[in-house]
Amino acid sequence: MALLDVENLAVALPGPRGPLPILHGVSLRVDEGELVGIAGESGCGKSLTAQSLLGLLPPGAKVTGSARFAGTELLGLDARGWQRVRGAGIAMVFQDPTAALHPMLTVGRQLTEHMRVHLRMDRRAANRRAVELLDQVRIPDPERAVRAYPHQFSGGMRQRVAIAIALAARPRLLIADEPTTALDVTVQAGILALLDRLRAETGLAVAFITHDLGVLSSLTTRGYVFYAGRVVETGPTGALLTAPRHPYTAALLGARPHGTQAVGTLRPIPGGPPAPGEAPPGCPFQPRCGYAEPSCGTAPPPLEPVGPDRSAACVVRPHLEVLV
Amino acid sequence: MTIIAPDPVTPDPKAVKALARRGWLGRLRGGRGTGRPIWRQPIAVVALTILAGWLVIALLAPVVAPYDPLAQSPDAYAPPSGTHWFGTDSLGRDVFSRVAYGARLSIPLALAIVSLALLLGGLLGLVAGYVGRFVDEALMRLTDLVFAFPQIILAMAVTAAFGPSTRNAVLALVIVSWPVYARVIRSAVLTMRGEDYLSAARLLGVGPLRALRRDVLPNSVGPAIVLATLELGNAVLLLAALSFLGLGPRPPAAEWGSMVALGSQDLSMWWVSVFPGLAILTVVLAFNVLGDTLRDRIDPRYAKGR
Amino acid sequence: MSTPETLLRIDDVEVEYRARGRGAVRAVAGVSLDVAPGQIVGLVGESGCGKSSLARVAVGLAAPSAGTIRFAGRPVTPLGWRRRADDEVGLQMVFQNPYASLNPRRTIGDQLLDGVPGQLGGAARRGRVADLLDRVGMPATAADRYPHQFSGGQRQRLAIARALAPEPRMIIADEPVTALDASSQAQVVNLLVGLVRELDMGMLFISHDLALVHEIADVTAVMYLGKIVETAPTRELWRAPRHPYTRALIDAVPQISATPTLPKPLAGEVPDPSNAPTGCRFRPRCPHAFDPCGTQPPTVDLGGRSAACWLTDPTVAPATAAAS
Repeated sequence: MALLDVENLAVALPGPRGPLPILHGVSLRVDEGELVGIAGESGCGKSLTAQSLLGLLPPGAKVTGSARFAGTELLGLDARGWQRVRGAGIAMVFQDPTAALHPMLTVGRQLTEHMRVHLRMDRRAANRRAVELLDQVRIPDPERAVRAYPHQFSGGMRQRVAIAIALAARPRLLIADEPTTALDVTVQAGILALLDRLRAETGLAVAFITHDLGVLSSLTTRGYVFYAGRVVETGPTGALLTAPRHPYTAALLGARPHGTQAVGTLRPIPGGPPAPGEAPPGCPFQPRCGYAEPSCGTAPPPLEPVGPDRSAACVVRPHLEVLV
Repeated sequence: MTIIAPDPVTPDPKAVKALARRGWLGRLRGGRGTGRPIWRQPIAVVALTILAGWLVIALLAPVVAPYDPLAQSPDAYAPPSGTHWFGTDSLGRDVFSRVAYGARLSIPLALAIVSLALLLGGLLGLVAGYVGRFVDEALMRLTDLVFAFPQIILAMAVTAAFGPSTRNAVLALVIVSWPVYARVIRSAVLTMRGEDYLSAARLLGVGPLRALRRDVLPNSVGPAIVLATLELGNAVLLLAALSFLGLGPRPPAAEWGSMVALGSQDLSMWWVSVFPGLAILTVVLAFNVLGDTLRDRIDPRYAKGR
Repeated sequence: MSTPETLLRIDDVEVEYRARGRGAVRAVAGVSLDVAPGQIVGLVGESGCGKSSLARVAVGLAAPSAGTIRFAGRPVTPLGWRRRADDEVGLQMVFQNPYASLNPRRTIGDQLLDGVPGQLGGAARRGRVADLLDRVGMPATAADRYPHQFSGGQRQRLAIARALAPEPRMIIADEPVTALDASSQAQVVNLLVGLVRELDMGMLFISHDLALVHEIADVTAVMYLGKIVETAPTRELWRAPRHPYTRALIDAVPQISATPTLPKPLAGEVPDPSNAPTGCRFRPRCPHAFDPCGTQPPTVDLGGRSAACWLTDPTVAPATAAAS
């Protein structure tokens, strides 16, 4: 069943000339124990979606739609309501783990604080669980690590510590916003393996935000592709990335190195994504799309079923060839 | 070669071109490409008006002032009235006339002190930051030496050594105030020395002095200019202190600082010090506001796109 | 193996930094690398392996603590308190961050002119600027604008135009697309490769993105902890890596496939260069480490490629442990 069910989420941020719509009716679903990927270029609204699910939107943001987590409506919660959801319900890890870790507190202190607040554990039980958690995210010598400060860890280890802290209050959903973007590939592989193992062992659901389609493919089972504040395509990751149905998904795949070693196989997408508020009428991808037809310019195409558990927001639905 | 469609370019090219053609002085006038023109920013307008007012007063002091600023009269400590707008001081001199004539002395002297200190300190800071190593070390120890003494004590010592006069007071104050500019410029240059755009220019064959002038200096003067406007107030006050001690403009001369000092001996005659004090305050504030506006305008990053 | 065609020759270069409280840190510990005209050499490695230090030294922005660099047969002198010699201006660099590599206060045209020979007349100089902008696919009107008026991808193209201004024969590109979004990445890489091929320049392309280097480089060198561990024609390197570290890097790249397949993590972390392991530097993380690895392996010529690994030495290697 759906652990998180977002329907038609729209967010407008305050701008110099009135509210600036950033998200235009995003719908997505994360089931219990599922690894879901959210992909898109910077500014496509993927991080803003995460922020709205944790009540972290900047003041003045206008939100409409619905986001139900384990049956509870999130949008419109008060500060106390968010406090209950964050940590124990939904937790988050960020691209830069140093931003999420307090530099002057030991790792153990930051871990136990969550448990004592959310789970009302006593000090000894919390300490024991802190060591367990660090062991679970494969930090070597966890008994010593609880007494260490964040700067004493390398980038990859710090991200593991941040994940341990996020897991401290036993959340059911972890939102990971580009958690491996700043890491080297060998270290990234370790974090991906860790998330996969946590899902298998504890039934944790993960929403993994990334711009790297390779990461999306190797980790997640279902994916969403964002463009200019909309979901343009969704489906099981394998099918989504090997047989895309939306020209943007195909274009992203074409712009990425395939390792075919023939010069000229990187096929760039012309132009750049539209700035918020400057998207053309109709399909937002239409000015950069090689398959655009006059009908694309009338109204933004709705997300329509294109196969088993798949949908795409494209009225043309051209035959797309992909090199993988 | 590979053909690539250019990205959509957002800013209005005409406005930008106009902006570039006018240079940074032209940008002060505002118009397309610079956001609001300067006369549409109320606080900048107030500052400009105040400074213009003082300029007029300084130029037309003989016309504006109803009395000779040095003329004494038996009517000492007269409170503000129709005949003496700002009252009279202990020697019966008209405070309004003295404040008006004071503008002729205090503003140019303060400007001279600050610009000379900025020039000297800026130059030494630039050299220290760019050349580095022992030059930097030597110059910075010299600034430490100056910082070690209270400014006024050092200024007194220097003036006393050179002989008391307005010119020597100015020199003394330049000597005690250049280190702040040197420090500010040096740290700005240091952060810039590692900038990629500087490296890129050097790799293209731009000589070090040319790179210093075109890539380093324009990006480091901002904070120094803001500091200089703040220091203008300090310069007025230090000059006042020196003249009060008989080391600057000689006592009978109408100088704002010495007038404040004189009046502060007996605050029940508030008008003697409050009016020259207000004169200092308005000038200093106006320069501060103007300095901020100027910095925002010189830097194209602050100029709003459309 | 210096041939007359060698354009850039890096010979046994070492770079040392004096870090406060840690003594000297050897970021580059003896690297040799050749680039020929019309050749793209990729240099890959994880963060902290010394590839950026090597780039700065190779272009003359810093002095090596040992070894020599020759450009077109003449030694490269580190930039000091003097103008760069005319015959060295043909060696140019493209920096990682296009937001820092253009002076925010000078117009694009003004900055491009820095590299245009001064003896040209005014009109000719303006013509050159327009040509340069055209080469990188930017309109001539860009000359009158300031850097902040362009997107990241556009700025990187402008930075490339500036590097082209003195008609260089060799470009060192240090992570030139790392700061860019997927769609501009492909645009900028294609531009750079197209220019190098068209103008018969040499390029040292430094990146942490193995897949990207695989796509464009003729020869790839793999760097680990200040040393080059393997050099080979790119296709062969990818198909049959001879050094276990190269293998690990390739295995850690996430791939797109119909079923999620996690990339393989590499155990351990890159050691601190100030405290590098004795013998083979990769030994503590290497799955194949055996007795001889306690001694530093020599770089062995393997016929058109080379590697520094004892496994390639038939006299000591156990017959079963092939790196692949």
